Amino acid sequence: MQTIDLEANGLRALNEQLHAQAADTNQTAWEIVNARGSHAIAVGLDAPIEVTVKGSTGYYCGGMNKQATINVHGSAGPGVGENMMSGTIVVDGDASQYAGATGHGGLLVIKGNASSRCGISMKGIDIVVHGNIGHMSAFMAQSGNLVVLGDAGDALGDSCYEARLFVRGKVKSLGADCEEKEMRPEHIEILKDLLERAGADAKPEEFTRYGSARNLYNFDVDNASAY
Amino acid sequence: MKDQEHRGIPTTTPRQSATFSQDVNSDIRRAAATGIYDIRGGGAKRRVPNFDDLLFMGASISRYPLEGYREKCETKVTLGTRFAKNPIELDIPITIAGMSFGALSGPAKEALGRGANAAGTSTTTGDGGMTPEERGHSSKLVYQYLPSRYGMNPDDLRKADAIEIVVGQGAKPGGGGMLLGQKISDRVAEMRNLPKGIDQRSSCRHPDWTGPDDLEIKILELREITNWRVPIYVKIAGARPYFDTTLAIKAGADVVVLDGMQGGTAATQDVFIEHVGQPTLACIRPAVQALQDMGMHREVQLVVSGGIRSGADVAKALALGADAVAIGTAALIALGDNDPRWEAEYNKLGTTAGAYDDWHEGRDPAGITTQDPELMARFDPIEGGRRLKNYLKVMTLEAQTIARACGKNHMHNLEPEDMVALTMEAAAMAQVPLAGTNWYPGKGGF
Repeated sequence: MQTIDLEANGLRALNEQLHAQAADTNQTAWEIVNARGSHAIAVGLDAPIEVTVKGSTGYYCGGMNKQATINVHGSAGPGVGENMMSGTIVVDGDASQYAGATGHGGLLVIKGNASSRCGISMKGIDIVVHGNIGHMSAFMAQSGNLVVLGDAGDALGDSCYEARLFVRGKVKSLGADCEEKEMRPEHIEILKDLLERAGADAKPEEFTRYGSARNLYNFDVDNASAY
Repeated sequence: MKDQEHRGIPTTTPRQSATFSQDVNSDIRRAAATGIYDIRGGGAKRRVPNFDDLLFMGASISRYPLEGYREKCETKVTLGTRFAKNPIELDIPITIAGMSFGALSGPAKEALGRGANAAGTSTTTGDGGMTPEERGHSSKLVYQYLPSRYGMNPDDLRKADAIEIVVGQGAKPGGGGMLLGQKISDRVAEMRNLPKGIDQRSSCRHPDWTGPDDLEIKILELREITNWRVPIYVKIAGARPYFDTTLAIKAGADVVVLDGMQGGTAATQDVFIEHVGQPTLACIRPAVQALQDMGMHREVQLVVSGGIRSGADVAKALALGADAVAIGTAALIALGDNDPRWEAEYNKLGTTAGAYDDWHEGRDPAGITTQDPELMARFDPIEGGRRLKNYLKVMTLEAQTIARACGKNHMHNLEPEDMVALTMEAAAMAQVPLAGTNWYPGKGGF
């Protein structure tokens, strides 16, 4: 286990060390202490390493992650796992707004609640939130899966494309062009796998699926009032 | 009328309304017929105060000129000297502005790279990500970081020579983008993670930051991901250039790219293009003032775009304080866009060479703003690259000619004092004297 004191070493030294890890590195376990809400912790990683952050993080923890597993033993600020490509990020606490924004792949798990715009413009990432999510989540979500064990705020899935949205609790309101969808066997399988990987104690059958009604895919003046 | 003539009453000449001109009337008829606003490509077509309204005075007894064919006038420019380990060094102060693969064909992007390489300058990606072709054909490539994040990934980010965070575009300050379904080929769809054939909207705001304080943190993140290696540009539209430039500098930008309303777009509402934003000429001095007030002029470089056409425009933008310019529409014309050789085909589309602006429809006879394989095959990227190189070289020679005539041995030594304005508006915007006077509006409190 390599331990880096962020306060003592600084952000640049931290990320430089993590970036220097090759795919076959022997130093696979890293611990970051004194995170103190710093921004851009462990961003741009591209190696199969496991990074544990002790404490809460600021903006963009794990941004653009590839391959790495990042565990945040605290809460995460805005944009945790933004544009991540692969790997896994697990936040023990809550996540602020834009969690998993534009993510292309990998798994983001929020064990607490996630704020507004969770999964905004997601492009293939899987996000599992054990608690609730805020308003405008999955706005313009393109692909991937957003799983919410709790409730969703206003305007869920507004203007979404092909992303699948699964909510176990209540949805305050659906956004433009988002509708309830049939839960087919393949969706149960997807959910089962995601819940298991996210360590979530819930049954797939308890969820409702939402997705695009596909009415706004091509501009039609008769739909102008929907915008 | 015949009846009037018969009765000996003089007839009047039919008079078109200045308010309800034929253009306006055709817009009204089109709106009434379709129920939807007009979408088109390009920048503002209306006449606005521009670089043609400025003149250089040249040297005489009080100023000493340089010999045009003997004495050197340097054109090199370095962008990104503030924080980046590897600033971009260009041979000429003219760069190629961001244009997307999707809006443009692959061969057109290749030609931009070839031409820019040969002239010693950079090209820029656009909404839709980086293609291997444009990376391969551009020795200096600026990677745009846009609100849509289509195709955004850390591998391409690290391959870039600079990153340009796009906040605004001169053609549509405050607006997003739209790539209509007919231009969404399999490859474009795959790069953007969206189904083929649907309209692809690009949002107007970034999804994971709002405001200048967030932007500062976003810049930090991008620097950390790229190990502080490459410059980070911030592109703003000509909206509030003083404040936006100030905030971009404060947020940590290495370079500010300022795009006036003549700057082109692949597709936006005509009403947006013509009625939102400020002319390029009006934006430069406030942006330079912001740089000077922050003590950052020349430390943070200013790249100006929007309606740059000639070496004279380059020289005038630099004289007003810019470090370099970027061209988009002019580069497409150099490649062959709107060429009269395709006049018969432009006519079939209901337009004429020079006026064709339905780039979003993907039916470009010149094969540049299309994804149609048959149309694309008309365009030769090697020939296109050669034409762009020639054009860039001519612009550079023209700008040098003017700079030498003003006694400058580097393009950056041009200054506002070298110019006069032909109109009150241009004098006010450029803050150079009205020709024949020593005054411009605002000077001395008037």
